[in-house]
Amino acid sequence: MEFHTSINKRRIVRIEETVSETPTVKTLVFKDDLSYSAKPGQFLMIWIPRIEEIPMSVMINSKEGYAAVTIRKSGIGSTALFERKKGDFIGLRGPYGNEFILRKNYKKILIIGGGTGLVPLLRLASYASKKKLKITTVLGARTKKEVFFEKMARKFTKHGDSSVKICTDDGSYGLKGTTVNVMNNLVRNNTFDCVYTCGPELMMKGVVEIANKNSIPVQASLERYMKCGIGICGSCCLDSSLVCQDGTVFNGNQLSKILDFGISYRDKDGQKICYN
Amino acid sequence: MDIDDKNYNLSVKLDKTHLRNPTMLASGILGISQSIFERLYHENIGAVVTKSISVKPMKGYPNPTVIPLGGGSYLNAVGLSNPGVNAFSRELSHNKIIPIFISLVGSSEKEFSKMVKGFDALNILGYEINLSCPHVSKMGMEVGDDPEAVNKIVKTVRMNTNKPISVKVGVGSIDVVELARVAVDAGADIITAINTLRAMSIDIETMMPILSNRIGGLSGNAIKPIGIRCVYEISKKLEVPVIGCGGVSSWKDVVEYMIAGASAVQIGSVLGSRGPRIFNQITTGLKKYVEKKQLKNIGEIIGISHKY
Repeated sequence: MEFHTSINKRRIVRIEETVSETPTVKTLVFKDDLSYSAKPGQFLMIWIPRIEEIPMSVMINSKEGYAAVTIRKSGIGSTALFERKKGDFIGLRGPYGNEFILRKNYKKILIIGGGTGLVPLLRLASYASKKKLKITTVLGARTKKEVFFEKMARKFTKHGDSSVKICTDDGSYGLKGTTVNVMNNLVRNNTFDCVYTCGPELMMKGVVEIANKNSIPVQASLERYMKCGIGICGSCCLDSSLVCQDGTVFNGNQLSKILDFGISYRDKDGQKICYN
Repeated sequence: MDIDDKNYNLSVKLDKTHLRNPTMLASGILGISQSIFERLYHENIGAVVTKSISVKPMKGYPNPTVIPLGGGSYLNAVGLSNPGVNAFSRELSHNKIIPIFISLVGSSEKEFSKMVKGFDALNILGYEINLSCPHVSKMGMEVGDDPEAVNKIVKTVRMNTNKPISVKVGVGSIDVVELARVAVDAGADIITAINTLRAMSIDIETMMPILSNRIGGLSGNAIKPIGIRCVYEISKKLEVPVIGCGGVSSWKDVVEYMIAGASAVQIGSVLGSRGPRIFNQITTGLKKYVEKKQLKNIGEIIGISHKY
């Protein structure tokens, strides 16, 4: 009855390639079959030996059998991972969690990502692109030098009137404004079968609100601090939902009932902390 | 109580209280959120035990803290992370219907007395004193291995509450029955057995211990026979109800623990593969067992193995 047996097994993988996306964001490429076939929205527990273990969304890689993680350096764990070089070893288990759902009847989808939130969305876009869906991707950042993954986003938006829209808060690149502003304009003049989002939670909160208001189906991949990744520790709870086991992807209907969404998260000691 | 439970009587007596069925959430698992407790209650759980709470918030150890070992066994050294008595009493302040035992952990009588004073006005069933966590210094098992400290702490909690007190014992340097006896003599109403067992896992590629704390506690399938043995021995020698814990993953394991002498059974690690719905699945299995064995109440099987 152990459906987790193989994904739970810790694999030690060699970092085959590193890609510097911005001065603070790096992609580490490794070979792992289970990660290669991960579903969009699923995550790995990445072990940085004797330092940390952190949940990371599974980034796609063009080579068969390969996958990657994209890290923004911030805390102890992510900084240690960021500093790993080609030839270094990391451990991983997973992929865990549910996935973004692409329904068969969907023809035109809207993808809205901020920062490393693009990771699960690009995997989704690669699947959607194989199905020849029309994809509009909105890629947001604070400023020009924090824009990354643009080239890859464009690669998956070649069909029909698919497009990529970049926006920056300070207007230094692409449109000036937030992803939520751009989305507001897009939904006014277009119809979408579904909106998919991942990024800072307050951005996703805005995206989900607009989608719900316009009766467009929406799915968001959420992030929380995790100890176990498998539904034991409870650290990643939002209300009664666990991001690791019930998520990471939640739909607009679920999110409209989750009071913690966009409001609060649990700290390492389990206390509720409010955003802002 | 649900109509279902009246039909197939799964209710069990635990000191002064009754549970609608013998399933309980083991301490340390999912135990920090009232919303999660409500979800588990809808999944038909008998009672929940919270994560072990200390006077002050504790962040616990850095990750890795939980390792799935395969075969339904797990190794953890979470390090008793918890929000502390003040934040946690706010978390539970609106509780009305969920049967909750608060697990307490601390180093001194003063700390335990402070915590019980902070919690005792809440709508809770009782307390479980954690004297057996095997991987945090000056707490848990380091206290449990000292009979004089056990005696003082249990007496202190007893002086501060009329609610049922369970003491969670583990396999340490003192015989588990003797430790349970010290706890009961000091005023414990219930014994919970067992906690995780000190254990370790090393990665052979990097040659490094995996847990940040290096040593942790083993739980899940691997420890069930040890739990069964402890429950059997304790329930045979002492008069108080015993709660079984360790490696329960199905209704059959619950039945085995009850036959060994447990009045209720705690469930934890299996949530890592089956999720909260395991409680519903287990109670459904128990109902069928009660029917098949033509029992009026599942309590009839408690300790029945002592005859043989």
